Amino acid sequence: MPKGDHVKSIFFHLMPYRDLPSDFEQRYESVWVTPPNAELCDPVKVAQYYQWNLDELELADRLGFDGLGVNEHHQNAYGFMASPNLMAAALARRTSNNSALLVLGNTLALYQPALRVAEEFAMLDCLSQGRLAAGFPVGTSMDVNRCYGITPTETRPRFYEAHDLIMKAWTEPGPFPYNGRFNKLRYVNPWPQPLQKPHPPVWLAGGGSVETYEMAVANDYTYSFLSFFGYQFAKKVMDGFWETADQLGSDGNPYQAGFAQQICVSETDAKAEEDYLEHVLYFFNKCLHIPPYYFETPGYRTRRSSEFAIKANRPADIAQALVMEKNWKSLVDNGLIIAGSPDTVADRLIEACKGLRVGNLIALLQIGSMPHGLTEQNLTLFANEVMPRIRGLWESEGWKHRWWPQGARQDDPVPHTS
Amino acid sequence: MPQPDESSVELRDGLFKIRVLTAGDGDPLVFLHGGGGLFWDPFLDQLAASHRVIAPEHPGAGASQGLEHVEDLWDLVLYYAELLDVLGLPSTTLVGHSFGGMVAAEIAATNPERVQRLVLIAPVGLWRDDHPVPDISGVPPDKLPELLLADPTGPIAAMLPAPDATDPEALFTAAMTMASILQFIWPLPDKGLSKRLYRVRAPTLLVWGAQDALMAPAYGDDFAAAIAGSRLEIVEGAGHLPQLEQTERVVAAVSAFVDEASPPGTS
Repeated sequence: MPKGDHVKSIFFHLMPYRDLPSDFEQRYESVWVTPPNAELCDPVKVAQYYQWNLDELELADRLGFDGLGVNEHHQNAYGFMASPNLMAAALARRTSNNSALLVLGNTLALYQPALRVAEEFAMLDCLSQGRLAAGFPVGTSMDVNRCYGITPTETRPRFYEAHDLIMKAWTEPGPFPYNGRFNKLRYVNPWPQPLQKPHPPVWLAGGGSVETYEMAVANDYTYSFLSFFGYQFAKKVMDGFWETADQLGSDGNPYQAGFAQQICVSETDAKAEEDYLEHVLYFFNKCLHIPPYYFETPGYRTRRSSEFAIKANRPADIAQALVMEKNWKSLVDNGLIIAGSPDTVADRLIEACKGLRVGNLIALLQIGSMPHGLTEQNLTLFANEVMPRIRGLWESEGWKHRWWPQGARQDDPVPHTS
Repeated sequence: MPQPDESSVELRDGLFKIRVLTAGDGDPLVFLHGGGGLFWDPFLDQLAASHRVIAPEHPGAGASQGLEHVEDLWDLVLYYAELLDVLGLPSTTLVGHSFGGMVAAEIAATNPERVQRLVLIAPVGLWRDDHPVPDISGVPPDKLPELLLADPTGPIAAMLPAPDATDPEALFTAAMTMASILQFIWPLPDKGLSKRLYRVRAPTLLVWGAQDALMAPAYGDDFAAAIAGSRLEIVEGAGHLPQLEQTERVVAAVSAFVDEASPPGTS
């Protein structure tokens, strides 16, 4: 069998608020939707964070990460990148090492007309010379239903219709009319269409909804589980994906799947605890301080997916992860973080990627209150000492990564247009 | 409490399957329930002593199916016109509570000829910036009694429908009941009713709990001002569920109102 492609390491930045008050979780109801902005969110600090965030992403590009990941959340202290496209646009001009730009993604249901997403992603694809991976998440109930006021039972219908409109806008010659339930357009004719043909690779992010599994397999998109609970809790969700993929006749290519993992690297295991414990606890105690009644607004999840989630014991798993006593040992033992020396981290990542059968590692390397200097250390150690060890994980099986942006791929670049 | 007759009514060749509770003899009265779902409660039971009470469940709530065929409020009003036809009630008395009150008001505004008398108990459907309506799905379950009741620790608190938190199926059914109602009032319960209320011709009784923390009594004044000839009855010692917290008082007021001789000029 020919030598396959290598594992993709993607530095994914949530862009959190790094200075929440120490008693935040006692004083406030939620990190999402309602944390009072005038009281808690200082634009002077945010101006500094944005510099750090982009510096960190640009450093990852120089260090040789395969991709840079950004995403969309609203009114949320753990990540308030309301427009990931703005960040990706900034990165497109300052990432000379050609890393892929994974916008994971634009929350399709929020945009009427969803043509806006087709336009901005096409702009980003051209601006980055074909380095865009287009993420189409359903979005969380907090973002979609609470912050943007979308009727819960319309969440999925709007998502599917937006997907349909965007794919037509990208692949069919315009102008043409589009008569959807939510998007009614006489003229669909976006300038430009994307640089990548037939369109940028589409990456779906899911949390275990069976509809999203099926959509990924049916359309040949990637499926990524973007949770904060690590690879052990990811097991059921990714097993569910592969089970569905198998039933629908997928070839089991590990590059069709990804998962997110919080990672902390230091010279030694002991040093890692010393360096990172405070910031990891900040993340789990403050950044996940979300009341259950915000998590799933009634109607957000369909009957089918609810039944599936009940069967897979998903609510109980999440509840277990949330109530777990959070200390260094419990976080490491349960895989919520993978932390330690480069050897320790590489060993566990190999175990995790093998166990979940994934070829895309979405590495969360800036966590909670982690300061800029420590983030640079984490990125540098990961890139220099962990990445080389995990790259060849799937090579012997010979898989090709069919979902990597064409402009970011060294062996098949998109011709430059100038 | 005697149990009502329960039937399943089908519309449009089975697209809708609606659970309907019926009890009592006398002039018919259709009751439209609120966000908690359809339950045979002491209020309906006492009304059924002197009236034929017909209580259809909202599509998508509880055991009733067809929510996917009513995408918006316009669909819902048309659906009710068909349901009332199927029930053999070309014109009837409508009693609606909370969300059901909003629906009853929409029906009475759209098809004034279908509604002989209208009783709105703490209806939603209007919005005032000085009394923002709280997000009923955005409060912790243990805070619901104080949002809904004048006496959050009284006996009615124990009657509030609460699914077994350890039973995922029960939780899902409760969530779908709420979802079927949120579909028509999300994210704020103002879908333009204020523009249509002037069309209501039926004699109208408004019943409001003096301690209603969900729909402030100021909304009662707004409804009363918008519906010509309506009467607002404020019930002391009651929150958003006056028919449960002050059942006898509300039954008496509703019975007296619906049994009044029809005023001249109405059918």
